[in-house]
Amino acid sequence: MVGVILVKNILRIKDLSYQVEDKKILNNINLQIESGQYVTFIGPSGSGKSTLMRIIASMITATSGDVIFDGQSIQKYDPIQYRQRVSYAFQQPTLFGKTVKDNLEFPFLVRNKEFVEKKAVSALEMVNLDESYINKSVNDISGGEKQRIALLRNLLFKPEILITDEVTTGLDTENKEIVHQMLTKFNQDEQMTILRVTHDESEIKNAIKTITIKDGEIV
Amino acid sequence: MSNNLTVSNTTLVWGFGLVLVALIIGYREKLGINKDILVGVARAIVQLSIVGYILKFVIKTDDNWLTMACFVIIVINASWNAGKRGNGIPKAFRNSLLAISVGTVVTLGTLVLTGSIKFVPEQIVPVTGMIASNIMVAIGLCYRNMLQTFTDREQQVLEKLALGADIKLASIDILRDSIKSGMQPTIDSIKTLGLVSLPGMMSGLIFAGVDPVKAIKYQIMVTFMLLASTGLGSIISCYLGYREFYNQQKQLNSKLLQ
Repeated sequence: MVGVILVKNILRIKDLSYQVEDKKILNNINLQIESGQYVTFIGPSGSGKSTLMRIIASMITATSGDVIFDGQSIQKYDPIQYRQRVSYAFQQPTLFGKTVKDNLEFPFLVRNKEFVEKKAVSALEMVNLDESYINKSVNDISGGEKQRIALLRNLLFKPEILITDEVTTGLDTENKEIVHQMLTKFNQDEQMTILRVTHDESEIKNAIKTITIKDGEIV
Repeated sequence: MSNNLTVSNTTLVWGFGLVLVALIIGYREKLGINKDILVGVARAIVQLSIVGYILKFVIKTDDNWLTMACFVIIVINASWNAGKRGNGIPKAFRNSLLAISVGTVVTLGTLVLTGSIKFVPEQIVPVTGMIASNIMVAIGLCYRNMLQTFTDREQQVLEKLALGADIKLASIDILRDSIKSGMQPTIDSIKTLGLVSLPGMMSGLIFAGVDPVKAIKYQIMVTFMLLASTGLGSIISCYLGYREFYNQQKQLNSKLLQ
């Protein structure tokens, strides 16, 4: 018996353009992303990569065209529900509240669910941060640790798509490696679709699939 | 009672000498504020004279509809001014009108229903002015704080939204800070009541010859009244105002940020 694996297109970008006043940032982007893919977006600074990611994350709205997620235009989703399924991680994240716990509690608060500290602690251990970190003040956290904790906020409830926008910029080699392993694990074990924007040479070299954007267009 | 009140046109002319002190300071120090002082003084004299005659007519007529008309005019004026302080926040006038109307009606209604004041123009009109102007100042502070903190914490709000938070959860810290900033001056001023300042209501009654012990009861009532009204005004204006920082897609409206 021959097994057939059907891979669905989780994301489709259709004739998408974005402009601010007279300045065109993105021009007629068409793209399909399959579920479980790990796609790396590359291109010069100011080429429109981050803008595209922010549109996909529903943080801004395209001037024209559409983003189809799971067979339906993102305009038809409740933006809050959508962002819980398609999560966006920032380049230089800020930690909320006073302690690391406040940050890991936030995804539970968003979903009106009771905070499970055990789950948060095991998530911390996954990114090489021990149990003591849960009650650490956000002011005592280094840049690399901050990025790892911020990513955990995105990943605690496993979104279907994770968008990482230059999250390893400014991190040392060790922290870059931890973040890389973390994302690879979620991509392979959970079949999570990952869209990554990067300028990092080693990340580009090891990328499975790359898409280059230049002057607002896919090249 | 009124024997103590000795201000006449002549004494006011002599009192104008105090304005000259400010003008001399402005002139000698080259502050460039003398024109503003003169315009301000002229406006104060004209506005207060007109209001004095209007109040005299309203009190003499003692008509409920006329009293209500005064109430409406004060509330609309206060809302207009509070709205202007919104500095670009959409629907700032409408939201201020709702906040000031609710704050004033609830506070004034409680005072009338509990018998603290009577529904007569000489009590309703000045008390309405006191309540509305305090809410107006509180709303102005709320709007200013919201504009500033949304700007300062833009990144944090964006991150909360990206994590799937509703706009209320993404803005809750800003909301709390803004409501607090609207109420704080009232809270600060009541802490120093009697120690630093003898406020308007109490001073006015003492001036008019009322027993100071009785006058403080009115001042205590005013304190309760201002706490409630600034609280109501701040919470309503903030809860209506923060929504204007987002569009229909629940995205942060960056054009509003400073």
